[in-house]
Amino acid sequence: MGLERYLDLLSQTCRSIYIFARSNNIPFEFKHVELFKESVLGKKPAAGSGAEQPHAGPSSREGAGKVSLLKKVPALKDGDFTLEECTAILLYLSRKYNTPDHWYPADIQKRAQVDEYLSWHHANIRASAPKTMWIKVLIPLFTGQPLPSQKLQEVMEGLSSSLKQFEERFLQDKAFIVGSQISLADLVAIVELMQPVGVGCDIFEDRPRLRRWRRRVEDAVGKELFFQAHEMILNIKELSSMQIDPELKEQLAPVLMKMLK
Amino acid sequence: MGLELYLDLLSQPCRAVYIFARTNNIPFEFKRVDLRKGQHRTEEFQKVNMLMTVPALKEDSFTLAESIAILLYLARKFKTPDHWYPAELQKRARVDEYLSWQHTTIRMKAGTMLIHKMLLPVITGKPVPAEKMQSLTEELNVVLNQFEQKFLQDKPFIAGTEVSLADLLALEEIMQSLIVGHDPFEGRPKLAAWRKRVEGAVGQQLCQEAREVMLNPSNPSADQITPEMVELLKKKYLK
Repeated sequence: MGLERYLDLLSQTCRSIYIFARSNNIPFEFKHVELFKESVLGKKPAAGSGAEQPHAGPSSREGAGKVSLLKKVPALKDGDFTLEECTAILLYLSRKYNTPDHWYPADIQKRAQVDEYLSWHHANIRASAPKTMWIKVLIPLFTGQPLPSQKLQEVMEGLSSSLKQFEERFLQDKAFIVGSQISLADLVAIVELMQPVGVGCDIFEDRPRLRRWRRRVEDAVGKELFFQAHEMILNIKELSSMQIDPELKEQLAPVLMKMLK
Repeated sequence: MGLELYLDLLSQPCRAVYIFARTNNIPFEFKRVDLRKGQHRTEEFQKVNMLMTVPALKEDSFTLAESIAILLYLARKFKTPDHWYPAELQKRARVDEYLSWQHTTIRMKAGTMLIHKMLLPVITGKPVPAEKMQSLTEELNVVLNQFEQKFLQDKPFIAGTEVSLADLLALEEIMQSLIVGHDPFEGRPKLAAWRKRVEGAVGQQLCQEAREVMLNPSNPSADQITPEMVELLKKKYLK
C-alpha cells in the first residue's frame, strides 16, 4: 500500500541512517515497516530475515514517545543484536565499519562537540521541526480537518529560537558544526530541518548562513544521494491526497490530536 | 587553569557528572551555578555556556555543554575504567541507546514533575491541581516501566554485568522526583535493587554527598526566585 512505503523515508532518523550507510557503502537491507497499520491493528513487524548484514527500518520516534500507539520496532538488527535510537545506530555503524574519521573525529575535543550537538538536538531541533509535518500534513490527513494556524505559529516560534542557537552556538562561522568537515552532527541536523521544508515551511529561506551550510552538507554527502533520500518528504503533498482506511482514521484521530498538546 | 565544572546539584545531569568525576578522582574546580536564582542566565555564565544550561565544562579556552558530551569527554581524557563506556561494540551501543532515549522520556517526565510541584506553586501561589499531579505521575510510570522492561530487563546493569554511564545518569534522573516527595522505587523491587547496585558501585557516601542539596532543597520562597525566572517559568508552563 502506498502509505507504508512513504513512511519509510518520511522518518528523519531513517534518512540519516540511510544516507550514512549509503555514503559509506555499508551493506544495508531496508525492511519496510508499516508503522501505523501494524501498531493499530496489532500486526507484528516483519521478522528479520537473519541476514548477515545489519538492516534497519524506520524507527518510531515520531511523537517522541507521547503517542503510545507507535510501538517501538527494532530499528537495526545485526544477527541477534537489535538496536534502537538513531544516535546509537549511527555510532555503531561508524565503529563497526570504520568509517572515515571526520564523521566522528578521534580528537577528543572535536568528538565532544559532535556529542554535544547530538545531545542538544533532542530537546531542541527535534522537539519542534517534526511537528510541522504533523500539523500541516499528517494530522489533517487522519482527522480530516486542518489545524488552527496558531498551532503552527507556536511550533515555528520554538523552531526559530532553536535555529538561532544552532547558528550562533553550533555552526558559527565554521563550514560544518565541528569544523571544516562534515560529521554525524551535521547529518542528524540536516535531515530534521528538511522536515519543515517538505511541508512548505522553508526555514532556509531567510537564513543565508544556514542555506550555505545546507549546500555544503548536500555536496559532502552527494547531491544525488541527498535528494534521493529526501524525495518522499519533498513530495509529501502527494500523501495528502491518499485514501486512508476509515477504520484506521477513526482509531488514530483522537490519539494524534492528543499528541499535539 | 585546570578543569572547571559548572554545576547545580539540584539538577540530575549535574549530579551524574559530579559523581562520575569524584568517583574517578578527576581533579576539578566546582563552580556553583544556582538555577533558582537564575545564575545560569547571567552574562558571566553565558561566556562559559551561551546555551545557559548546566552542567558545563571549561578547560582553558575549551568549553562544553550537555552532560552526555561532558561525561564522555571526561571518560576519554582521564581514561576511566572500561566499564563506564565499554570498548566492546554492542555493550557500548547499549549505553548510547539509553543516553539517547532518556532525553524525551525519563529526563523530561521527572523534570516536569519537579517544575509543577515545586516551582509553579511558588509563582502562582496555588498548589498543583491533584489531577495534574496524577497525570504527571502516570506519565512517569509509563517511562519507568519502559526503562525496566527494555533497558534493565533481567540484567544487573543496563550494559550487562557492570555499571556504566547509562546507569549513573539513569539513577540520578529517576531519583529526581524524590525532591517533591514522589518515590519512584515504591512498588518496584527490581528498580530498587538496581539502585542499590549502582550506589554500591559508586560509593554510598559519595551519592549522599551529591544528593544533599536535592534532598534538602529548602522550599523556595518567592523572593528567592528572580523576576526574570518567574516570567520564564510562567511563559513555559502556564499556557
